[in-house]
Amino acid sequence: MGLKDKLHKLKLKYQGKKMAPAFNAIHTFLYLPNETTHSGGHIRGADDLKRTMNTVIMSLIPCLIFGMFNAGYQHYLALGEIEAVSNGFFSSEFWSWDNLVIGLWQVLPLVVVSYGVGLAVEFVFAVIKGHEVEEGYLVTGMLVPLIVPVDTPLWMLAVAVIFGVVIGKEVFGGTGMNILNPALTIRAFLFFAYPTWMSGDKVWVHGAVERAGEIANGAKLDAMSGETILGGLAQGKNIVGSQDATYSIADAFLGFIPGSVGETSALLILLGGLFLVFTKIGSWRIMLSAVLGTLIMGLIFNGVTSAGWITESSKFYGLMNLEFWKHLIVGGIAFGIVFMATDPVTASQTNKGKWIYGFLIGFISILIRVFNPAYPEGVFLAILLMNVFAPTIDHYVVQGNIKKRMKRLKLKTA
Amino acid sequence: MAEVTTEEKVKVKEPKEPLFSKKNRKLLSDPLADNNPITIQVLGICSALAITAQLKPSIVMAISVIFVLGIGNVVISLMRNIIPSKIRIIVQLVVVAALVIVVDQVLKAFAYTLSKELSVFIGLIITNCIIMGRFEAFALGNGPWKSFLDGIGNAAGYGVLLIIVAFFRELLGSGTLFGIKVLGDPIEKTGLYALGYENNGFMVLAPMALITVGVIIWIQRSKNKALIEDH
Repeated sequence: MGLKDKLHKLKLKYQGKKMAPAFNAIHTFLYLPNETTHSGGHIRGADDLKRTMNTVIMSLIPCLIFGMFNAGYQHYLALGEIEAVSNGFFSSEFWSWDNLVIGLWQVLPLVVVSYGVGLAVEFVFAVIKGHEVEEGYLVTGMLVPLIVPVDTPLWMLAVAVIFGVVIGKEVFGGTGMNILNPALTIRAFLFFAYPTWMSGDKVWVHGAVERAGEIANGAKLDAMSGETILGGLAQGKNIVGSQDATYSIADAFLGFIPGSVGETSALLILLGGLFLVFTKIGSWRIMLSAVLGTLIMGLIFNGVTSAGWITESSKFYGLMNLEFWKHLIVGGIAFGIVFMATDPVTASQTNKGKWIYGFLIGFISILIRVFNPAYPEGVFLAILLMNVFAPTIDHYVVQGNIKKRMKRLKLKTA
Repeated sequence: MAEVTTEEKVKVKEPKEPLFSKKNRKLLSDPLADNNPITIQVLGICSALAITAQLKPSIVMAISVIFVLGIGNVVISLMRNIIPSKIRIIVQLVVVAALVIVVDQVLKAFAYTLSKELSVFIGLIITNCIIMGRFEAFALGNGPWKSFLDGIGNAAGYGVLLIIVAFFRELLGSGTLFGIKVLGDPIEKTGLYALGYENNGFMVLAPMALITVGVIIWIQRSKNKALIEDH
């Protein structure tokens, strides 16, 4: 415990000085602080903010590791150097060293930049405002690299992280006070600021953008392009299906498809979600109701197409006609529902509110996905929108409860 | 948002006051900083969001508003004793509308492309809250010279903010200033673009104007704590 004592001494030395929050932060970050609640009849739980955050990070680790392998796998697959997976989840084509090397090379810098820049902003604000650094960025910093395309330039990520942490969180007063999910604020900023790096058929596969540039400069190379799954589905292509499709349903479920770094594997997201529910960190109400919302909206659209209210030439037909449950295994909706919508700060706080909040996230995600081809993945917009409405939902739930009790009181007294 | 202070409404009846007395200079300089119509009174936001993607239209807009508010304030101030108070809003509208039409026609005659770019927003100066606000709060209760200074000051405060916002939006959003490519050519990949820099498309969209104004308000209030309201 040498380091802990040393940090504690440093802390005492700098107490009351300008840099004190920074030292305190390092101390709390690495160890449990020496000071805890002293007086009063408090219940001292072991699940402090740090443990909550670490639980979420643990549930994200499988997605991160899978994302690294997938980065390499999609790269080599697009180059035609390896065969597609043939042997289920544990195919040797996927879990190879070559894939991992590409993944480490591309994904680790994203993680480092996300944490480095984000924590730096938090430290600066802690020093300026003279308060403690909160652990709030720990989860955000892990989420951010998982929801961006693998080739996102690092400086763009850095700019977006600064924007997201400052405008999304610090202006509202820091961790616990933010209205919008900071990770999604960062994603939204990237999407609107640098759309060419965030959508299209090149960005999802490492090396494809670079290759396109070389070809444009006259190099004689084969073009690399990853299919954009949602884009292709919108055009009515048979991309995810059982027969003759580019990707089988198993591929999409297990995650052997191009996409943002960590959101492709529905299986691992499902496991992470179960872990969060089991440890009572994530709200099962939000997850379940969001899945229901997704399925119901999907069913409505399926109904519209099978009733023949829309012609096949319509640009909405492709995605409307997608079997309703397939919406959950393509795109980022599963990841959004499990790890973003359940953010305890920005979600609804009341149980009834959580049902409404979650349901509308699923519902609106599919609505945006189908009707707005400019935003192929609507889930981040849907969650941000519902983040804004969460306090309103809570307000009406609470008011409704008060009204009900008032009525009961009147009945009793009357 | 309380731009109407009682001091302003009191009629000043000092017989001999120099043209640029301390008080009068304050009328001119206050709106530029601590009583800025946009950042403090939060008026005229709509046009500030709409036309600040480029510097040139912002400057034209600023000049137009300075012209309309300066002259409008004088006209209203001169008529202040003969306007029946029940129909004063209509009279004010007529005055603004007349001035705005003049501006519009001048722009159409001498700067047609700019007038196209600004489209309805020149016409919408009529509804700019700052103008009606100054008529109501100041010109109706003060003499023409004071009203003139007040009008110019407030319009300039509005204009300065437009230009600051437009500077950042044009520089970061399009990489240009007044249409000149100061950061290099994004297609030829010269200057900063050779290093992999790219324009921030978000800056061109209206939400970013709101956020930029918000950041300016933030900076202003953290510099001058007196501006922070009590709760």
